[in-house]
Amino acid sequence: MRPEMTAASVDTGLKTSSERGALARARLLRGLLPALSLALVLIAIAWLNPRAISYFGFSLMLNLAIPIALATIAQMFVIAGNELDLSIGTFVGFVGCVTATWLKDAPLIGVAILLGSIGVYALLGALIHLRNLPSIVVTLGMSFVWQGLAILVLPKPGGKAPDWLLAIMAFKPPFVPFPIIAALLIGLIVHFGLMRTSYGVILRGSGGNPAALGRAGWSLLKTKIVLFSLAGLFGVLSGMALIGITTSADANIGNGYTLLAIAGVILGGGEFVGGRVSPIGAVLGALTLALAASPLLTFMHIPPDWQVAANGAILIIVLAARVLISRRER
Amino acid sequence: MVSVKALLGRPWIWSFLGAVLVWLATIVFTGGYGAGGMVTAALSLAVFTVIVGVGQMFVITLGPGNVDLSLPANIGLASAVAMKVMDGSDTMIAVGLLAALATGAAIGVVNYLLIWALRIPPIIATLSASFIIQSIDISYGRGLQIKPPPGFADFANWQVLGIPVLAILTVLFTIGAAIALQRMIYGRSVLAIGQNIRAAWLAGVNVGRIRFLTYTLSGALGGIDGALLAGYFRGANVDIGNEYLLASIAVVVIGGTSVAGGKANVPGVWGAALFLVLLLTMLNTFGVSAGVRLLLTGLIIVGVITAAGGQKALR
Repeated sequence: MRPEMTAASVDTGLKTSSERGALARARLLRGLLPALSLALVLIAIAWLNPRAISYFGFSLMLNLAIPIALATIAQMFVIAGNELDLSIGTFVGFVGCVTATWLKDAPLIGVAILLGSIGVYALLGALIHLRNLPSIVVTLGMSFVWQGLAILVLPKPGGKAPDWLLAIMAFKPPFVPFPIIAALLIGLIVHFGLMRTSYGVILRGSGGNPAALGRAGWSLLKTKIVLFSLAGLFGVLSGMALIGITTSADANIGNGYTLLAIAGVILGGGEFVGGRVSPIGAVLGALTLALAASPLLTFMHIPPDWQVAANGAILIIVLAARVLISRRER
Repeated sequence: MVSVKALLGRPWIWSFLGAVLVWLATIVFTGGYGAGGMVTAALSLAVFTVIVGVGQMFVITLGPGNVDLSLPANIGLASAVAMKVMDGSDTMIAVGLLAALATGAAIGVVNYLLIWALRIPPIIATLSASFIIQSIDISYGRGLQIKPPPGFADFANWQVLGIPVLAILTVLFTIGAAIALQRMIYGRSVLAIGQNIRAAWLAGVNVGRIRFLTYTLSGALGGIDGALLAGYFRGANVDIGNEYLLASIAVVVIGGTSVAGGKANVPGVWGAALFLVLLLTMLNTFGVSAGVRLLLTGLIIVGVITAAGGQKALR
């Protein structure tokens, strides 16, 4: 951590109580930002097309929210350790191809491949730590590896999802659509693990102040391996969930997820350095992107050409809002 | 012996060695057939990676977190703008090139404005910008005249004695970039910022202006690259710049520039670009499938990075 940051935190400790109150309000506002942006998108959709706000409407609009949320969580673990994974999209695609072929035809081999790929993620974490490599370049290279493997597993679009997976993803609980329940569950489980357990604190600390953590006797190699393995695990879940929805696979199916996942983490209040991430925020960010990308634009009669731009614009607007709030924080 | 040792000490020599090795492996496979043609083809393709690689190198040298992810979208949009302005007419070539340059530079300016005004990491700023640029390109490029004027296409493919003229021009440009990096105030400031932004600021370097110039430079180079690519491949499309995200970052790192910033070198960009292009040629010559080619490209990049090792943190 840079010296000026520590100096700033000492300053905040010396502020008067009224200043501290204002600070707390700004922090709260900042924490609520992901929820506020999601609410804003929901209000816009409700205003443009009231019929969309229904059980059926949400099931349809949030169709792909589960895999996006899982990929976002995967990216969040990597970002928590001050790294960036530019291969998560092609990894999700690779998992999708394995799910639609091996996992259905020879479940044992399929499971072994998926576990092995999580192992590869663990090795990557170790490699990045031991050789002090830039994760951007390593994962950029890995994105080619996963894409190549995906094409080898499934040269042409096709395959079929295992029946049990289709059954899970087609689950229709009463009152609340499945994607919402699933997203809530994912957010809460990861929130508990990362924010409420003692090892979760260590994991985030490895991004916040690695030197201090290392001196306190914690293995930074282990934290990096754990963070990358968790990213691999959630990447696998994301790929499987995706195939459970689309029923068949294609080697390029996950390519868009890399950027979407980074955007989701940042929208959810995460920061690139310092181990500052928020699992619930990340899930909310993923939902916001899932809703804003297509349903909102369709209702606003904006041609699909501009869907990608909408993601960029939302990112910029939310970040601008965050800057305004942060100014008040000082 | 001393000179050999000094040469081996240069960080960029390894990328050239790699390129020669890959080239030798290929001509051994073909039995010497097409050895010269391969160099010509490699030179003409490497040019496009070198141009964006130099821009990316200056950006990465600014320090950790500095990277321009908007280059692919930038190249796509600038190539469309150039072709639209040239409109298939030889008289408009210069205007079209200027338009591409201006488009790229404008994208660079927007990138820096986002970084500066929103105080966000460059990765996210250039990423958000690239989302928007991509959409503009898709929407703008629809139903566009995408063929370059014949004179421009011939120029981009022009060879003298088996050496592409574009490659000669690019060598001149990279010599200029090397001088700018090592001998001019601008380049020294970039290096100083990359080594320690606070120290550079205290030493009186105008950090904001140098970063602004660097992102604008990277954007402008992306723009001109887009126009040249459209000329070389005789047409523009939305995906024309896609491979240059990985390529631009990879050539910088393989070429021996430090990802932690503050240490850069220009010759390595050429060596690494030739290495990557020849690698693809080799895999194509061996007749491997698309899947294996991607797999090996990725593994070799990861392998090279691992062998080169990261930088020990300063301090």
